[in-house]
Amino acid sequence: MSGFTQHRRSKHIIATFTGFEADLLRNLAAQLVELLRNEAAVPRDDVDPLEAMMDFSGPTTEPDDPVLARLFPTAYPHDEEAAAEFRRFTEGALRDGKAAAAIAIIDALEEAGLPPELTEEGLMIDVELDRPTAETWMRSFTDLRLALATRLEVEEGDEAYWHSLPDDDPRGQAHEIYEWVGYLQESLVRALSRR
Amino acid sequence: MSPHACHHGVVSTASPVEVEPTTTPDEITVLATPWVTIVWNDPVNLMSYVTYVFQKHFGYGRKKAEKLMLEVHEDGKSVVSSGSREEMERDVQAMHEYGLWATLDKQS
Repeated sequence: MSGFTQHRRSKHIIATFTGFEADLLRNLAAQLVELLRNEAAVPRDDVDPLEAMMDFSGPTTEPDDPVLARLFPTAYPHDEEAAAEFRRFTEGALRDGKAAAAIAIIDALEEAGLPPELTEEGLMIDVELDRPTAETWMRSFTDLRLALATRLEVEEGDEAYWHSLPDDDPRGQAHEIYEWVGYLQESLVRALSRR
Repeated sequence: MSPHACHHGVVSTASPVEVEPTTTPDEITVLATPWVTIVWNDPVNLMSYVTYVFQKHFGYGRKKAEKLMLEVHEDGKSVVSSGSREEMERDVQAMHEYGLWATLDKQS
């Protein structure tokens, strides 16, 4: 595929994916949604059900999962109390926003004709996104890349290491997917920057 | 914008009294905007994306956005905005929405 481009007349952002690529993107987005929803935002081995219902607060400590810790960084590195307060008031909304963005990718791919189970060979998926939706995709690509990179422990300037791995190394394959999403994002940023 | 307190409240009179200011304009500026948003380097975010985010969220021109992005990339971090604590909390939250690693701190 050739990444995203801006349609000359409608100014919409368009891309064509193979069925395999669209399915892969959907899987990545779905995994992110699952991660965002599964790890309890508030650890609760408490409490009185009524009290729990009246508790509108969010989490106050950094998530255990390193991906979530990267997606929701500590805002006040030198002030634990302020960091807890900030997290309580922001993490829930941030989680919802990131899950909604990933779901927007899934929805757009399925609306563009990606079936629930990919069986057909040679299927091509044309997506056409208005500007706000394209920006949502761009943001979510960051979350997907952060998730993959955190799992793989990607570091600055380590490309040679990844390319030295044998073809059948699953980490190398996952890194290729990470690079592919980076390529997609780069083309999307470029398409959105063209006014 | 930082208030220029030294120009405020000065009324011309026939015989102006020279009042020795107790704070310099610089100190007043610091007091008025004591918080900053800092974006930290990470090995993941694309330079083009970070520039895009700075333009989009802060309304910075391309040159300024690129300069800040390069600071993040080369120096490991950059102060990207300053203002009240509430404003900086909003900026940090927005940066987290965009997947940038941001913190806030008192202006040093």
